[in-house]
Amino acid sequence: MSRTYIFKRFERFWHWSQAALILFMLASGFEVHGVYKLLGWQRAVELHTTAAWALIVLWAFAIFWHFTTGEWKQYIPTTEKIAAVMRYYAFGIFDRNAHHPFRTTQLTKHNPLQRLAYLFVKLFINPLIWISGLLYLYYPELARTSAMGGIELGSVATAHTLAAFLMLIFLIVHVYFATTGHTPLAHIKAMITGWEDLEEEPLASKPG
Amino acid sequence: MRLTNVLAATMAAIFFAATGPAFAETAVAKLLKSTADHGKFKALDREFESGPEVTKACLSCHTEAAKQIHQTQHWKWEFVNPDTKQLLGKKHVVNNFCTSVASNEAACNSCHIGYGWRDDKFDFTVEENVDCLVCHDATGKYKKPSGFAGLPVTKDTEFPPGSGKIVKAINLREIAQKVGPTKRTTCGACHFNGGGGDGVKHGDLDSSLEAPDKNLDVHMDVKGNNFSCATCHKTGGHQVPGSRYAPTAMDKAPAHIRGLQDKTNPATCPACHGQAPHKLAKLNDHTAKLACQTCHIPAFARGGMPTKLSWDWSTAGKLGPDGKPMTIKNEDGYDTYMSIKGDFVWKENVQPEYIWFNGTVKYTLVGDKIEKGDKPTQINHFEGSPTDGKSMIWPIKLFRGKQAYDPVNKSLVITHLAGNDGTAFWKNLKWEQAVATGMAAAHTPFSGKVDFIETESMWPITHMVAPKEKAVGCIECHVSNGRLEKIDGLYMPGRGRDHLAVLDLGGWALAALALLVVLGHGVGRYLVYQRNR
Repeated sequence: MSRTYIFKRFERFWHWSQAALILFMLASGFEVHGVYKLLGWQRAVELHTTAAWALIVLWAFAIFWHFTTGEWKQYIPTTEKIAAVMRYYAFGIFDRNAHHPFRTTQLTKHNPLQRLAYLFVKLFINPLIWISGLLYLYYPELARTSAMGGIELGSVATAHTLAAFLMLIFLIVHVYFATTGHTPLAHIKAMITGWEDLEEEPLASKPG
Repeated sequence: MRLTNVLAATMAAIFFAATGPAFAETAVAKLLKSTADHGKFKALDREFESGPEVTKACLSCHTEAAKQIHQTQHWKWEFVNPDTKQLLGKKHVVNNFCTSVASNEAACNSCHIGYGWRDDKFDFTVEENVDCLVCHDATGKYKKPSGFAGLPVTKDTEFPPGSGKIVKAINLREIAQKVGPTKRTTCGACHFNGGGGDGVKHGDLDSSLEAPDKNLDVHMDVKGNNFSCATCHKTGGHQVPGSRYAPTAMDKAPAHIRGLQDKTNPATCPACHGQAPHKLAKLNDHTAKLACQTCHIPAFARGGMPTKLSWDWSTAGKLGPDGKPMTIKNEDGYDTYMSIKGDFVWKENVQPEYIWFNGTVKYTLVGDKIEKGDKPTQINHFEGSPTDGKSMIWPIKLFRGKQAYDPVNKSLVITHLAGNDGTAFWKNLKWEQAVATGMAAAHTPFSGKVDFIETESMWPITHMVAPKEKAVGCIECHVSNGRLEKIDGLYMPGRGRDHLAVLDLGGWALAALALLVVLGHGVGRYLVYQRNR
């Protein structure tokens, strides 16, 4: 085992504040959707809106960070080893002699499955959430002009709800995968401290 | 020593109690900046034998007043709806309370602002037939008892004749010398008593508005804004704006400004508050589709007295054990059955019903074909739809009735209810005779047969505006089975019926499945870990 600095300070701040905001927005959003009563409807709407602006600001910084640091390259999709990674999570993980087929480095933080999942979040779920959310928020103003092109509020709200469900499902799976390090808390600690314990052993697939 | 103190205090109390109202009146007079003290006018400093004599005196200075009044709905009880061309007004419509004025003028027309409209021969062109005092009485002593065709009683009179009941005379001189602007009580003398009693008809108008507190009406609050009716129903030349025959359902004009020629109805909320009155932008968004009243009048009949919600005439005529007409009262003392009127339902604090309303009211008039069916006959249907671009969501009182109609001619009927003659329903409880007299008075054909038909009438809810803290909260509509559950044509966040059911179902199912899979996976890892230890 060796400790490697994987997650930079901004990245960690971004991750955890985004996590908190998304959890809060799921909770308040589904209250607005009428699923349960928690904060009170009006308060849920107000706080959901405030949190949305906070998240948009955070995303603006995060996008800037990704491009200025070149970290965006971490999300370029690849199919290399993807089948092996899936096989590992399906079977290998239950065999103590099996090793994760992917090796994390500073330059490749994410295994191919993560790359695909995060890319889907960044390029589909997030834009869908904030575009539908802003349209939802400003619908009356937009509908007074021809900007909505006849799109009904119901369609905007449905798109926003779809994005919320996708985010919820991502969250469930993501939180679980966070426990699949060499100890259940290893990945989570790394995300807090930035330092990950990495295997030095050559990978099983490596010749030799 | 102590005794003298008590005495002094008592004297002071009596003194202030006696002079209190006088001080208040002086203060009001100053506030209103009136330039005339009618008590000093020679024309009014005399005895008056009748109402028209007072009017003559009024007109000797206010030369154009009667001509103005003659133009009004208050005078004509007639209104031609410019959109539907229907001939409306109290003179022509049939409602589902006491149903109609024709043939009952002597009773009903105690609420006409004129003198002597007893039958269809009343002369609407006579200036001294205008009743100035009924609107301008400042003493609260002016009365137009039912049965006198709108005339005040100036000599003690036995009424009905032979009943032994005496109607007390009033002193017109005193009233004429103290006239003033209209007040809540003068307007209310009729408008609070529509339908034949306090609060009966409208639900948002009853005598609790004579001196309301802030919770009952934020504008009329006697300790606060203290609006009179005319503050909103801003009248010029005796033309009172804001009639429910052709209401302003949607007002997109800016707030009225001094000096601008405002052509729009001054009685609407936006006429003062404009289009964006809320601090929260999201609330202002609501003004696109909701009438202000929808949120700001959470319930009507909030002043401590109930309003009638239904009236079933078909049960009228049952006699008491003594063989005489009877009255059954509920525990609060309100009539729930009267032999002469049938069954009533009363209720306080009533949550309105809500509809799309574009300002057009379509009446069912005598002669319009009506049919017994699944749906009640619409006495006055409020038109509107979510898509016509003219409708807003409005609160209404829906008044349900069951009333006499002609099953052969398939028409509503005019019933002669009040009167001291043999055919009046309230005298002899015989429908066929009463309707025959009523229809004859209106020169309308009648088959001779009477049956009963279910009817509905709609009343806009626009008074009894609550303070903002008491406005309808978000969750009362943004929820399944909330206040606006039945309103179609919009997406309301939080209302289940607007959701795409397959998305909600699929979303939760997939989330649950994901949870199950990861939990199963985790349990598997744990078991392997235990075995390998």
